[in-house]
Amino acid sequence: MTAPEASARFGEPVLTARGVSIEYEVDPPVQAVRDVTLTLHRGEILGLAGESGCGKTTLAYGLNRLLKPPALQTSGEIVFHDRDGDDIDVVSLSDERLRAFRWSKVSMVFQGAMNSLNPVLNVRAQLDDVLRTHRPGMKKAERLARSRELLELVGVDPDRISSFPHELSGGMRQRVMIAMALALDPQVMIMDEPTTALDVVVQRGIIREIMRLRERLGFAVIFITHDLPLLIEISDRIAVMLRGEIVELGTAESVYRDPQHEYTKRLLSSFPSLRGDRGGFLRGTGANQEVAS
Amino acid sequence: MSATIMPSADATGEARAQGQGGSLEARNLVKDFRLRSGLKVSMLHAVKDISFTVEAGRTIALVGESGSGKSTIARMLAKLEAPSSGGVFIDGAPSGSRGRALERYRSEVQMVFQDPFASLNPFHSISHHLERPIRLHHPGLGRAEVASRVEELLERVQLEPATRYLERRPHELSGGQRQRVAIARALAPGARFIIADEPVSMLDVSIRLGVLNLLAELQREAQLGVLYITHDLATARHFSDEILVMYRGDIVERGPADEVILNPQHEYTMRLLEAAADPERHGALRDEVRRAE
Amino acid sequence: MSETELTERELHDVQVAEVITPLTVASAAVEGAGQRMPRQSSRRGIRALMPRWSGKLAIGLGLLTAIVAFGVAGPWFTQDPRDSDNPSLQPPSPEHLLGTTKLGYDVLAQLAQGTQGSLMVGVIAGLIALGLSIVFGILAGYLGGWGDETLSLVTNIMLVIPGLPLVMVIATYFPARSWLLVAFVLGITSWAGSAVVLRAQTRSLRSRDYVSAARVAGERAPRVILVEVLPNLLPLLAAQFLFAIIFAILGEAGLSYLGLGATDSITWGTILNDAQTGQALGTGAWWWFVPPGLLIALLGCGLALINFSIDEIINPKLRIAPENARRQRKAAKAGRGIAGPGLPTATTTTAEGISA
Repeated sequence: MTAPEASARFGEPVLTARGVSIEYEVDPPVQAVRDVTLTLHRGEILGLAGESGCGKTTLAYGLNRLLKPPALQTSGEIVFHDRDGDDIDVVSLSDERLRAFRWSKVSMVFQGAMNSLNPVLNVRAQLDDVLRTHRPGMKKAERLARSRELLELVGVDPDRISSFPHELSGGMRQRVMIAMALALDPQVMIMDEPTTALDVVVQRGIIREIMRLRERLGFAVIFITHDLPLLIEISDRIAVMLRGEIVELGTAESVYRDPQHEYTKRLLSSFPSLRGDRGGFLRGTGANQEVAS
Repeated sequence: MSATIMPSADATGEARAQGQGGSLEARNLVKDFRLRSGLKVSMLHAVKDISFTVEAGRTIALVGESGSGKSTIARMLAKLEAPSSGGVFIDGAPSGSRGRALERYRSEVQMVFQDPFASLNPFHSISHHLERPIRLHHPGLGRAEVASRVEELLERVQLEPATRYLERRPHELSGGQRQRVAIARALAPGARFIIADEPVSMLDVSIRLGVLNLLAELQREAQLGVLYITHDLATARHFSDEILVMYRGDIVERGPADEVILNPQHEYTMRLLEAAADPERHGALRDEVRRAE
Repeated sequence: MSETELTERELHDVQVAEVITPLTVASAAVEGAGQRMPRQSSRRGIRALMPRWSGKLAIGLGLLTAIVAFGVAGPWFTQDPRDSDNPSLQPPSPEHLLGTTKLGYDVLAQLAQGTQGSLMVGVIAGLIALGLSIVFGILAGYLGGWGDETLSLVTNIMLVIPGLPLVMVIATYFPARSWLLVAFVLGITSWAGSAVVLRAQTRSLRSRDYVSAARVAGERAPRVILVEVLPNLLPLLAAQFLFAIIFAILGEAGLSYLGLGATDSITWGTILNDAQTGQALGTGAWWWFVPPGLLIALLGCGLALINFSIDEIINPKLRIAPENARRQRKAAKAGRGIAGPGLPTATTTTAEGISA
C-alpha cells in the first residue's frame, strides 16, 4: 500500500518515525531496534506484536524519548504532527519542551502500570498532580471537576475519587492509570501490555473502554502485546516485530488472512483456535483413545 | 458440587488391563485462609468442597481466573498445603501426609510449577536438579546409574545432547528449556500423576505449544494422569479430555473438553468464553462500540 | 517474567518483603527492560556470588589486609608493649616511631598488640552474632508457625533492649574480664537486627517455587535450608558478618573507653582509655590517641567499602545503573546518538515520574 493510499484510508498521520535505530550501549553494542519506519494515523489503533526481546517496548519508549541508559537512539527521525498543523521534531526537543510534549501530546500506559500508582496518595491527589503540573492555570475546583470527569470517562464511579490504590481492584487501578494518561487530552497513547496481568474478563472490559474512548476522543493508540489474536480483533493495522525489525506491516485482516512473513505465520499458529478445528495439534481425544485401545 | 467425574467404564478397564491404572482423587477438598488485617480476622474460602478424579492416562484441565482457587488445589494435591478438610486419595486409599507415606505419595505425584525462572534454584546446576529426586526416591542406585538416568530424562524432554546441559545453571537456559528441565524433574521419581500449574503462561507464545506437546507426548507414552491448570481456554480444550471450570472456589461447570467449550451451560463459562480473544471477530468490537457511541 | 499472575498463594505472602536473590535479580535487571541484551559475562555458581572487582573493593580489601597484617606481624617487630623502661610522653622519634605514653610504653608496640586484640574481639563477636542470627532468623523464617513465633519473640525482645547499656550491666558483674568474655557479651547482644532481616528474607525465599519444588521432590527440611535456601543468602550473611565485626570493634572500644573492657589484654579501646586517663589531650600528646582512633576509622571504612561491593551482588541495580549511564554518555559523546540523552527522569515508570 502506498503512502497516499494509506492516508486516504486512515486519515492524516499523527506520528511518523523514519529509519529509527536504537542501540544498547553494552559490550558489544546491541541493536535493539533496526531501521524502523512507521506511520501512525490520527485515531488509528496500531498493534505492535512480538515476543519478549524483539524490541517492541524499546521502540515505544524511543518514540516518546523515554529511553533509559544504556539505550541510545542512533539514527532516524521522529516527527509528531500536531492537531493545529505544527510539526514537532521529537528527536531534537530541548529538555523543557520535551517535558511539555510528553504526556500532553503522547502519553503512555505501562505494563503493570496499575501497580505503579502511589500507594500512600489517594486517586484524587494523583490525578490532581498531573493537572497541576501541566495545567498551571487551572483552579482547584476545575481540577477536581476534571478529575471526576476523567474517572467517569474510564468507567470508574467518580465517588471513588478519594479511594487509595489498595482499595481498588487491579482492573480499576488500570482504569485509573488510563484516566491519568487521558488527563491532558493526548493525541497518541502508547499502551505497553496494558492488560497482560489482568484476568480475561477484566481485560475485555478495559479493551472495550479503550475502543470506546478512542471513538469519542479520537486519539491514536499504539497497542503493544504478544497476544496476536487480541491485536487482530481490535487493531486497524498490525506491525509484527522480530529481532528489532518490523517484518510485516498490514491491516489486521490481511495479517490474519494472508500473513506474508514466516514468523507471522508461526506466531499465528501458536494460538490454537478456541472454537474452530483442532488443527494439527498432537494431542486430541482421538489420539488418546488410539493409545488406550 | 461434589459428584466425582466417573471415567467411562471401558477406558478404566483397559487402563487396568495394561497394569497402568490408578487414580488420584480429590475428595471434598476445602481450604480456608485466615486473613489478618490489624485485629480483624476474616476467613477467605479459597476452595469450597471440591471433588474430582484424575485417572491414569487422562488429562483434566482446571480452568479459572486468578483467585479462583485453582493454584491452591494444585498445592494441596502436591502436599505443599494442608486442606482445611477433605482429603486426597491415591488409588482409592487415603494418602499420607508425613514420613514414609508422604515419601511414597511424592514418588507417585509430582508437580510442574508456573514460573520456570523461579522454580529452578539459580545456585544449582541442571544435573543437581535432576539427581536429587532420583537419589531420594531410588536410594539403591549407584552413581553411574543415577548419571545415566539423568541423561535419559534430559533426552526424554528433548534436551539433546544431554551432556550439553548437565553442568549449566538455570540462568543460562531459555524459558522453554528451563520448563523442560522442570518437567524432567517431575518425571524423575517415576511419578504416575503430574500436576501442571500454568506450565506455559510465563513462556513466549511461540514456544508454548512445543512445551504442551511435549507434556502430552510424555503423558501418552507413560499413561500419566495429568491435571492441567490454566486460564487459557483454548489450550485447555486442545490438551485435555475433561474441563473443570472454577469460579471463586467452586467448580461451576465440568464435562468433556469440547462440550464445555462449544456448548457451555454455566453463565460464568459463557462469560469467560466471551472474553477470550478471537481473531475471527476482528473489527466487530470496533463496529459495536461505534454504533453505541 | 514481570507478568505477575496473582496466585492464591500470594494472599498469605503479601506481608513478605520483596526478595532478592543475586542471580535472579541479575537476570531480571538485564531482561527487565524487555529487550534482549547479551549477558555481560556468564558467571557460574559460587563465582556469581563473589563481588566484582572495583576500586571500592580494592581500597576496602587493601585497608583490611594492611590492618590485619599489622595486627598479626606487628608484635614481632616492636618491643614489649608493657615495657615501661622508656622515657615517658616522648613525641615520635626514630627510636619510638609513635612516641611513648605517660607510663613509658611504646605506642607503636601498644598499637600492634591492640590491633590484634580488637580484631580478635571483633571476629569472635561477629561469629557469635552470625551464628545466633542464622538460628533465630533463618530457622524462624523457614519454620513458620509456632516455631517462628517463639524464635521471633526472643529476637524482638533482644531488639528492644538497648545494646550498650545491657553490655555495661553485664560487664560490671565481672570484675576481671577476659577479651573472650567481652567478645561473647558483644556477640550475644548484637544479632537481633540481622535476624529480623534474615527472617524476612528467608520467609520470602521459602515461598519461592524452587523451595516448593524441592519439597515436592521429597527433600527434608534441614537439607532444604542448607542446600536450597542458604546459598542464596550467602552475600547477605557476608555483609551482616562484616557489619557485626565493625559493630563489635566499636562496641569494644566504647566499653574499654568507659573502663568496662577487657582487663587482660590491650585493645584500641584500652589505649584510648589510657590516653584519656593520662590526659593526653590536655598535654597535647596527639601521638597517643590519634593512631588508635585512626585505625578504628580506617578499619570501619575498609569493611564498609567491602560491604558496598557485596551490596552490589545482592542488588545489581546499584552497579548496573551507573555503569549503563556511563556507557550511554560515552557513546553519545562519540557521536553515536542523535537524540539528546533526554531528561534524567525515567528512573521510575510511574506517571508521576513523567508528569513531574
